[in-house]
Amino acid sequence: MALTREQMAQRVAREMQDGFYVNLGIGIPTLVANYIPEGMEVMLQSENGLLGMGPFPHVGEADADMINAGKQTVTARTGASIFSSAESFAMIRGGHIDLTVLGAFEVDVHGNIASWMIPGKLVKGMGGAMDLVAGAENIIVTMTHASKDGESKLLARCSLPLTGAGCIKRVLTDLAYLEIQDGAFILKERAPGVSVEEIVSKTAGKLIVPDHVPEMQFA
Amino acid sequence: MAGFDKRVASYEEALAGLEDGMTVISGGFGLCGIPENLINEIKRKGTRDLTVVSNNCGVDGFGLGILLQDRQISKVVASYVGENALFEKQLLSGEIEVVLTPQGTLAEKMRAGGAGIPAFFTATGVGTPVADGKETREFKGRTYLMEESITGDFAIVKGWKADHFGNVIYRHTAQNFNPLAATAGKITVVEVEEIVEPGELDPAQIHTPGIYVDRIICGTFEKRIEQLTERP
Repeated sequence: MALTREQMAQRVAREMQDGFYVNLGIGIPTLVANYIPEGMEVMLQSENGLLGMGPFPHVGEADADMINAGKQTVTARTGASIFSSAESFAMIRGGHIDLTVLGAFEVDVHGNIASWMIPGKLVKGMGGAMDLVAGAENIIVTMTHASKDGESKLLARCSLPLTGAGCIKRVLTDLAYLEIQDGAFILKERAPGVSVEEIVSKTAGKLIVPDHVPEMQFA
Repeated sequence: MAGFDKRVASYEEALAGLEDGMTVISGGFGLCGIPENLINEIKRKGTRDLTVVSNNCGVDGFGLGILLQDRQISKVVASYVGENALFEKQLLSGEIEVVLTPQGTLAEKMRAGGAGIPAFFTATGVGTPVADGKETREFKGRTYLMEESITGDFAIVKGWKADHFGNVIYRHTAQNFNPLAATAGKITVVEVEEIVEPGELDPAQIHTPGIYVDRIICGTFEKRIEQLTERP
């Protein structure tokens, strides 16, 4: 079975470490916040200018002046700080964020990522995504392995305009966890019940399959 | 105006001198911390052919979005234009010129503009369409793009509290691009929720020192919420 969005978030959350500063993108990455392991302290960064994002406000307590990068009303946790967008991107560009999780349309074997534009169809802008992928050392991309029409999103070369070049090393899809190295995807883990053959058939870029590919475990 | 008293009495006075074809830098992120009343005044004045520099361009019918309706804007420099159907339409039809700029690069362009730095190098956008036509240079084995800074004829800013000297503090994440915009205008106009007595603001807690600010006005704000999310 392909992973649910919640399971993808759970799997990504295992990459967290105590004391990490983490930036979570919109969509599945946002859900990762719900699975931070018990007893671990993590500070979430929101690129509009908030370090230490807390949960959504209680009903009736939302404040228009307190939002995250997805423009949702949020709270600040104890130990949070708030600053300008220039300061925020100084943190990002300067490599101070320990882990960045974001979605994508396509990723390729060279570590290129396309996530912000489909020519002629969708023009929303890149927001902070280009800064995030250029500034972070430790990035996990979350996306479905193939489009609804069955087209692979793990390619030999991205077909859409890039968000960043040569910056992605790790991808979690609904079928597999993969790393990118020396011009190939390396299959590291597969979703429970998903065969290596299925992953091979849905990966357009070069894929290296080790002898043993463990299944992800979920409680 | 006497000495350091930068208060003006009306929005008309706040934007006196704004003319067709000028560049306006605006603070705000989404609808958070936007200078709503100054934007309304630009609409009322009917100033046209404006270049607007702002992270977003409001939504249909609110914020900078209202200036799109009457086609007062001819060029936008922004990082994100989603959530605004009219903007997307004018962009795709070519009615409006849009320079999509990465958010961090946009913030730094304003900061650098206000700080007298004409350009800077960043790794953001290397190998993407953002790099088209721009100079690149290698530092310590990595390629960087040269990005030019931005200044505006006017900067329009939303603060929380200010004193008549033009010292400003922002509230929560309504800070965002506001202090950057404030530094980058030839004429910087700040509208706030409250003008406090001199000495009331702690000098060590000022976000925008008064030297950047030319005009201060007190307004009332709708503060529309874009995505109300609450705990279940």
